[in-house]
Amino acid sequence: MRVREVGERALLVEFGGGEEARAFHAEVLRRRAAGALPAVREVVPAARTVLLDGVDEPRALAARIAGWRPEPLHARVEPVVEVPVRYDGPDVAEVAAVWGVAPGEVGRVHAAGEYRVAFCGFAPGFGYLTGLPERYEVPRRATPRTAVPAGSVALAGPYTGVYPRSSPGGWQIVGTTDAVLWDPGREPAALLTPGARVRFVREGV
Amino acid sequence: MTDRAFAVVRAGALTTVQDRGRFGHAHLGVPRSGALDPGAAGLANRLVGNSVGAAVLETTLTGCAVRPRCAVTVAVGGAPCPVTVDGRPAAWGAAVRVPAGAVLEVGAAVRGVRSYVAFAGGVAVEPVLGSRSTDLLSGLGPEPLADGAVLPLGRPGAGVPVCDGVPWAGVAGEVVLRVRLGPRDDWFTGRALRTLTTGAYRVSAASNRIGLRTEGPALERAVAGELPSEGMVLGAVQVPPDGRPVVFLADHPTTGGYPVVAVVRERDLARAAQAVPGTRVRFVVAG
Repeated sequence: MRVREVGERALLVEFGGGEEARAFHAEVLRRRAAGALPAVREVVPAARTVLLDGVDEPRALAARIAGWRPEPLHARVEPVVEVPVRYDGPDVAEVAAVWGVAPGEVGRVHAAGEYRVAFCGFAPGFGYLTGLPERYEVPRRATPRTAVPAGSVALAGPYTGVYPRSSPGGWQIVGTTDAVLWDPGREPAALLTPGARVRFVREGV
Repeated sequence: MTDRAFAVVRAGALTTVQDRGRFGHAHLGVPRSGALDPGAAGLANRLVGNSVGAAVLETTLTGCAVRPRCAVTVAVGGAPCPVTVDGRPAAWGAAVRVPAGAVLEVGAAVRGVRSYVAFAGGVAVEPVLGSRSTDLLSGLGPEPLADGAVLPLGRPGAGVPVCDGVPWAGVAGEVVLRVRLGPRDDWFTGRALRTLTTGAYRVSAASNRIGLRTEGPALERAVAGELPSEGMVLGAVQVPPDGRPVVFLADHPTTGGYPVVAVVRERDLARAAQAVPGTRVRFVVAG
């Protein structure tokens, strides 16, 4: 773990891998809920870092963090968010070719495992989900689409993402969901929040 | 629609509703947004008896014109500009009474970029996640103003104006941005770090509410490859592959994968946001 100061009011806590970053993020949330953390305006997990922004005394907090021993994630049992998917995306054939499977197998492979929301970004409610085995990673499209429809389930590198609303995008689209990814009237507004466990459920099979 | 509203007569190049911003949702990918010159927006609010966080209009270079349906006290602050009510000159930086049906014209900025129009009672669009701010990166909050649109006004509170004139620091010929190096200064060569503080940078015309883009010498990376996405703060000086620093402003993305060489002090960002394209920018490392 390495703690870097970011400007005058933030800390970037960096780890060797995503697992440790997720465990640390869970520890931050646990301590915050218990009232055992000084005021932090934003807690932003990412690939292997957690940003603590809007901190009054970052150096004092950095010193405290050094003594934390986050509990491993597997000790915690959380509910699973289920996302129903029709695996009928425009890039299914291309993804199948990269994987060396029949196009009809793409959904079975993708829906087989459990995913976790590593972090959000790009757009409100857009989660970067890890859990796809390394051998199934696919590159981004050479030319991004100018409009990817809302509900598109797409792959890029180690990540799976679901577009909360129509936007430009360069990920490989393998399916579509009717799940509401983003609703500002809901608490939380995002269906997929950092740390959440996710399962994709094949529809129409 | 009630009488407490105004119609947009001339939307201008880009006029948005802004308050103090949308906090606490960065982990869901929600930018903070909010007035780019919060001091100016807060002063305009105080001139009309609002709390500093009431929603105001933020214009961009060319001002805007509105027609309130009810008599309302307004104040125009931020970038200095001519102000008229039904064609008659009115004060900039002071409370002005606009009769029902009259046109308040906020002219083009004489200096600076962003003027602020505060209405007694505030702009009362529906808040989204606790804020009325327009977020141009992700589309949350009200749309930017369009000709003919009608926006609601809040009821003025019992607050009395707590000041009656607005000083304005003005825009110097050069914007000095105090920075603290890091968190990814180790991704750049020593020469690049010297270039950052000595190079002749200027504000690019491609700047917007997301970031102040610069033109000037490229910063050379010491580390090749990609940085895994990490959380981004307001004022982050991010360096994209072309090497030209971008200073993140209120609508910045919450995570990003280009290294941040330094972070600008928050209180210097209003000056950055008021700097017209072509203005010289100097980055100064301050402890």
